[in-house]
Amino acid sequence: MRVPLSWLAEFVELPQNSTPDDVMAQLVKVGLEEEGSHGGDIRGPIVVGKVLEFVEEPQSNGKTIRWCQVEVAPGVVNGVVCGARNFFEGDKVVVTLPGAALPGGFEIAARKTYGHVSDGMIASSRELGLSDDHEGILRLSTLGLDPEVGTDALELLGLNESAAEVNVTPDRGYCLSIRGIAREYSHASGAKFTDPATKVSAKAGSGFSVQVQDDAPIHGVPGSSIFTTLGVSGIDANAPVPSWMANRLKLAGMRSISIAVDITNYVMLELGQPIHAYDQDRLVGGITVRRAVAGEQLQTLDEKVRTLHPEDLLICDDSGPIGLAGVMGGASSEVSSATKNVLIEAALFDPISIARTARRHKLASEASKRFERGVDPEVGPIAAARVAQLLVELAGGQLNGFGSSYRTDLPKIEIELPFAFALELVGVDYANQQILDLLHQIGCELRVHDDAVTVTPPSWRPDIRHKTDLVEEVARLAGYHLIPSRIPVAPPGRGLTPRQQFRRRALAGLAGAGFTEVLNYPFYSEQQNREFSQSPALRLENPMQGDSPELRNSLIPGLLQAAARNLSRGTTDVALIEEGSVFLPAQGNATTSLPVGNVRPSSEQLAELNASIPVQPRHLAGVVLGDWIPQAPGQQAVQSGYPQAILAVEQITRAAGVPFEIRQSTVLGFHSGRAAEVLVEGEIVGHLGEVAPALTAEYHLPRKVAAFEINLDALFAHAPEVLQAAELRVMPAATQDLSLLVSLDVPAADLIAVIREGAGDLLEDVSLVDDYRGDNVPAGSKSVTFSLRFRAADRTLTQAEATLSKDAAVALASQKFGATLRA
Amino acid sequence: MSEQLTAETVSQALASSLALVQKADNFQDLKAIKASAVGEESPLSKLNALIKSLPNDQKAEAGRLVGAARAELNAAFATKESELQAVADSEALELERVDITAYPRVAPKGARHPLSLLMDSISDVFIGMGWEIADGPELENEWFNFDALNFHPDHPARAMQDTFFVAPVDNHLLLRTHTSPVQVRSLLERELPLYVLCPGRVFRTDELDATHTPVFHQVEGLAVDKGLTMSDLKGTLEHFARVMFGPEAKIRLRPSFFPFTEPSAELDVWHPGAKGGARWVEWGGCGMVNPNVLLAAGIDPEVYTGFAFGMGIERTLMFRNGVRDMHDMVEADARFSQQFGSVI
Repeated sequence: MRVPLSWLAEFVELPQNSTPDDVMAQLVKVGLEEEGSHGGDIRGPIVVGKVLEFVEEPQSNGKTIRWCQVEVAPGVVNGVVCGARNFFEGDKVVVTLPGAALPGGFEIAARKTYGHVSDGMIASSRELGLSDDHEGILRLSTLGLDPEVGTDALELLGLNESAAEVNVTPDRGYCLSIRGIAREYSHASGAKFTDPATKVSAKAGSGFSVQVQDDAPIHGVPGSSIFTTLGVSGIDANAPVPSWMANRLKLAGMRSISIAVDITNYVMLELGQPIHAYDQDRLVGGITVRRAVAGEQLQTLDEKVRTLHPEDLLICDDSGPIGLAGVMGGASSEVSSATKNVLIEAALFDPISIARTARRHKLASEASKRFERGVDPEVGPIAAARVAQLLVELAGGQLNGFGSSYRTDLPKIEIELPFAFALELVGVDYANQQILDLLHQIGCELRVHDDAVTVTPPSWRPDIRHKTDLVEEVARLAGYHLIPSRIPVAPPGRGLTPRQQFRRRALAGLAGAGFTEVLNYPFYSEQQNREFSQSPALRLENPMQGDSPELRNSLIPGLLQAAARNLSRGTTDVALIEEGSVFLPAQGNATTSLPVGNVRPSSEQLAELNASIPVQPRHLAGVVLGDWIPQAPGQQAVQSGYPQAILAVEQITRAAGVPFEIRQSTVLGFHSGRAAEVLVEGEIVGHLGEVAPALTAEYHLPRKVAAFEINLDALFAHAPEVLQAAELRVMPAATQDLSLLVSLDVPAADLIAVIREGAGDLLEDVSLVDDYRGDNVPAGSKSVTFSLRFRAADRTLTQAEATLSKDAAVALASQKFGATLRA
Repeated sequence: MSEQLTAETVSQALASSLALVQKADNFQDLKAIKASAVGEESPLSKLNALIKSLPNDQKAEAGRLVGAARAELNAAFATKESELQAVADSEALELERVDITAYPRVAPKGARHPLSLLMDSISDVFIGMGWEIADGPELENEWFNFDALNFHPDHPARAMQDTFFVAPVDNHLLLRTHTSPVQVRSLLERELPLYVLCPGRVFRTDELDATHTPVFHQVEGLAVDKGLTMSDLKGTLEHFARVMFGPEAKIRLRPSFFPFTEPSAELDVWHPGAKGGARWVEWGGCGMVNPNVLLAAGIDPEVYTGFAFGMGIERTLMFRNGVRDMHDMVEADARFSQQFGSVI
């Protein structure tokens, strides 16, 4: 809401020379946050001058300038050079004298130009910030003005005005008016407030038929409960809009259109009541307020034909719909330059009905904004009278007594406020009298009894419906700075949950191992959601970018994109990880209707709500490319590949305290020969390997990129609550090597498993130390060498015992995989 | 002329051997000297051989003389040996000298993302006060994000939030616009009294620019107990501000509006370490939990009161750690995370 200061000062005492910043500093104290200031960037001396005579002088650059003699004060004539030629001798104009400044920081000085010293400048509307027109010099006669020479033009045209802009929260509809802001300014500063609604008396007309026929009220609330009309006849629709009004409208952010429309907007800004003005002669019969019939159409003032919804509230005359109630008028009955007789409408509409219509037709107007937030039900007839008054004053109209005053009774609101409740909620022990004074100040009616007060909030405060609302008023007006500090003592906490600790350990482990955490947007293209997962993807209704309308079902595509960005910025060795949600279809059905807001839903309803929500496991994924270890003195570079992905998975599973296995497999998106499933206790919890080269090319990455992705939730389900220690064997160990000849297609992991199984309890550790293929090894076979370490719990093991154990391992390997011992 | 075994001759023999030992400057020489100084042909051995020809009453004395000289000589050998060993050792080490500043990197430099570190460190502040950390889904049913938080379906505040909806809209699924649905879930699921902090990712349809991003992070706190007032809210926030911004930090509340709190306030923090000098910075919003929110969880607002607060993590990182542009936080440039390492 933009508030021209002079307008504000009409209703509340502002200190002399207040600036927008001063005003905003007061308003922020009561909850109106500052947004900025407008105007105030123009400085005198700027006066009314009279063009006595001029000479036209063609210039070498092809222009013709006028060398003018301008009277700028009685008897004082300045020579002024002017480039425009749309004025005449004898015209009164606006002259900016040396020392003046115009909007945009344009300083005026006496300067030599085109062979003359120009003592000032004759100004255009545009230079004065009055309009955007390029119509040349402003001739005051076109505004209907004929002031004395030397008159201060800033004052005359309202150019010295400035405005403060504050953000009005949705609960404070009444602050979308000068009236409401003035009241709040008074609360903040203590300055005297005069309610503009008391300056005009409501006028009731009669003889015009208004009917409200609401067959489908929303939540039982009729679409309109108050509907005032008032007639004014014989206006001059082309009367000039006074510059003070045009200027205030402009500062408030509205365009000046015509005298009748400007007056309705002016009164809306002043009192907060949206007004509609009809050309009375274009109305056919009386007005009926009703809901639309499905498929009905209406052309609104913005010249769009709108197809209506049965919930839309309409203003109709005998010809049919003439307006979308509270949102926008229709084209057929709008005031025009030919209008003589005006019918003013000041009505009250159901906020919910207006909100739905405005949203449905994507038509947020100044009127709908105010109706949605609640308009003072008592101000309508006053606003209508104020519009009529201005039409009489400024457009030569006459009140004709015509009109209507439809009104239904509104429920009386009474709130019980125990005095102690303010202390209980805010922690400040306000005196009872202070509570009463503050509530009285905001316009409440009060009835004190014992320890409580019965409060009727003022008509303009539909947001006050509960005792906490009243306490907020007390607290904010008394000032939040009065609230003391106290730290509450929470019951003994349990610290991070095991799952939360696991996340931190996994990320810290990976960062320690050399991976860098990033956070990517979860928005993917359809293509990306098919790269690493076959899960159907969820789609956004309103994506930011048309090419990324889906929610991710895997973290890897985002990481590949991130890797490409790093590469493009010159980082060639990349090891990125991300922990985050992926989005998979819900297991239950969608909810078709929602439970109401302020009652706990039943456990069945809650279960349904929860089942409607898509499954969102937390994943931890990474990509790695370039060199893992760079070349350095005494060190060969080590290229990143699937081993780094395995290293990462090892870090993660260790953070969960569970052993993992990998099983070579074909995995979507991965290199067909370099990918594996990650298993924990037989369950697949993720994948790793090298990304399919076709995909890395797609992302403009080098051919070799390794990746992994682990479902942390699935993994953590296997995590033990408490790890149990194994007995540590301390007797001397016996170490032996074992070389087996075995078919190429037997995975090392399977061989290790049979060696463990075959060798039994004495085998403490087995590791693969060589895999040889070539000379002396039959085609189709490989020679694999393992290092075995045996240890007994209770004695020093002899080599003979170790060999027995090893032989058992060989026997099993031979039985299961046809392996033979290699000499 | 045969040698006399006297104290003098023994001492001379010892002195001449010791002189040789002293001169030795490598193990080979020392070995040769040892052979000549203690071998059968050595002066002390020859003197020793004379003992048996001495009268019996002199034998013991002579034996002691020669023995003492031998002991001294052996000690000298040992000392010299260890001296030479020390020199040899140090030469060997010198041969192995490297330029340690030319060290090779054996693992990449890893790092956490500063936003996730900041959320962890804020969580720790509240864990320290006995609070617990609550999580919830990022994609929510509309009821948890709006209705349960006193956003009436037609309330204009609902339009304040620029919400990403999941298609089709009639399914009532959306990307949460704040972490408050986690508060609702906590109220529904946990026992009272309740002190929880909800850090997490949230979504609003803002274009990415220097100060906005459609995907960002919040941390919200919620306490519901008997007898909580705005004083408890203020004290909690003040403590939090001091931990985050130093002992001189303070907070200021300004009246505001949120559907889920009443009274509501904007929260400013006095940031002593702000770039360009200490100043007030807008930090977040807060207030006393609206009775309708408690009712949505079946909690009696006449018995329990609560307070809630929330702030943006990106914004906090910006003014606390001097990050100038939101792009740095969302573009996944590894260098951005790496400058923080694992500390925020």
